[in-house]
Amino acid sequence: MNYNWNWGIFWDQTPDAAGTYFTSLMSGLQVTVLLALVAWVIAFILGSVIGIMRTLPSRWPVAIGNAYIELFRNIPLLVQLFIWFFVVPELLPGELGIWVKQLRNGPFIAAMLGIGFYMSSRVAGQVTAGINALPKGQRMAGTAIGLTTWQTYRYILLPLAYRIIFPPLTSEFLNTIKNTAPALTIGVLELTAQARSMQEFSFQVFEAFTAAAGMYLLLSAVVTIGMRLIEKRLVIPGFSMGK
Amino acid sequence: MFSTFDFDVIWRSLPYLFYQGMVFTLTLTVIATVFGLILGTFIAMMRLSSNAVLSGIAASYVNLMRSLPLVLVIFLFYFLSPYIGQWIIGADRPVQVGAYTSTIITFTLFEAAYFAEIMRAGIQSVPRGQVSAGYAIGFNYREVMRYVVLPQAFRNMLPVIFTQTIVLFQDTSLVYVLSITDFLGAASKVAQRDGRLTEMYLFAAVVYFVISFTASFFVKRLQKRISIIR
Repeated sequence: MNYNWNWGIFWDQTPDAAGTYFTSLMSGLQVTVLLALVAWVIAFILGSVIGIMRTLPSRWPVAIGNAYIELFRNIPLLVQLFIWFFVVPELLPGELGIWVKQLRNGPFIAAMLGIGFYMSSRVAGQVTAGINALPKGQRMAGTAIGLTTWQTYRYILLPLAYRIIFPPLTSEFLNTIKNTAPALTIGVLELTAQARSMQEFSFQVFEAFTAAAGMYLLLSAVVTIGMRLIEKRLVIPGFSMGK
Repeated sequence: MFSTFDFDVIWRSLPYLFYQGMVFTLTLTVIATVFGLILGTFIAMMRLSSNAVLSGIAASYVNLMRSLPLVLVIFLFYFLSPYIGQWIIGADRPVQVGAYTSTIITFTLFEAAYFAEIMRAGIQSVPRGQVSAGYAIGFNYREVMRYVVLPQAFRNMLPVIFTQTIVLFQDTSLVYVLSITDFLGAASKVAQRDGRLTEMYLFAAVVYFVISFTASFFVKRLQKRISIIR
């Protein structure tokens, strides 16, 4: 291979003179982490609400929850991102639509909502599975000692369910990190986008993408190790739902 | 809200969207599924082999692919494949590999890692006793795999394989980053040419939804039928 290796490229200035290629990759990593975190907060909250709704005894919440999951699971993430970024501002009424289009962080907000809602359908599936994995007697016991439905969930079902689904939720969080990459299509300057622009300006294909890949690997290693440590303290022996 | 909605732009671009776009999307889905599944099965067998080097290579390949975002891998292979091609055939200059060829290679290699995990679970779902029984009646490793383990592994995993194919079908939309005319690429080209983003992206969402939803409905039915047979 007659490829001009140049691992020193990371310390060269970028054409926009904002810093070195290394600092621009690091800023990309920062955006990736930030985007993954806020999207995860949305996914976790919405996913929990929908997941719990699907385990309620009445019919309507179950039907709505199921429809929600089917809707967000059967449309590709990229299409959902385009809809949040290009279509939603158009459909908003007059003033509001104009205000949204002028937002400086538009791409980031659209990506945050898009990835958040997309992942929420997966989190919901896990939450439902966790609650349904509990023995039926738990819910009956709650009712028997006179707890309301809300109290049964709050004090009996949810504390157990979340600890059961901790390992699958960890892998959903790792998926959230990976799913931030498509956000580059709507102009979010995350890690892959920074690697791409480094490749465009410096022509050092291998170095740019290898560095980005290394950062993704490092990130997922850190998350995995961190989660294992928490898992050890949280998980109830014999109750965990695999990896 | 829909007063300015232009249905005509969808109608006019239907042939382009489906004959050009959807044909590529489906071609990529089918090729990546078939070859990814074959390659994935070999990787799964490597991973389960008693040879530490083989299983180590298979495990690191699967873990590497599964921790990288697909978009990054698409870019990486797109820029890398000319150099790899040059290295393989020993040419003087990087080989020209088009975006289409490179995405087909990328998706096959990337999905192979996911299919490998599915097939690993499938192979492990066949009781050990059957493998021993195969050896006992004089089969070698290849024959045990060919006649005893793999047919059952494939059948047990069929619903999961199809579910992964639906995920793959949705993931093919990411080839947009190489400006390829897949279904979403076609929709987005029309959207930008005619300034009809709302119509085209909503229509794309509806089409993807209908196909994925119908497919997963049949997968659920298949799952029920298979679980009764077992």
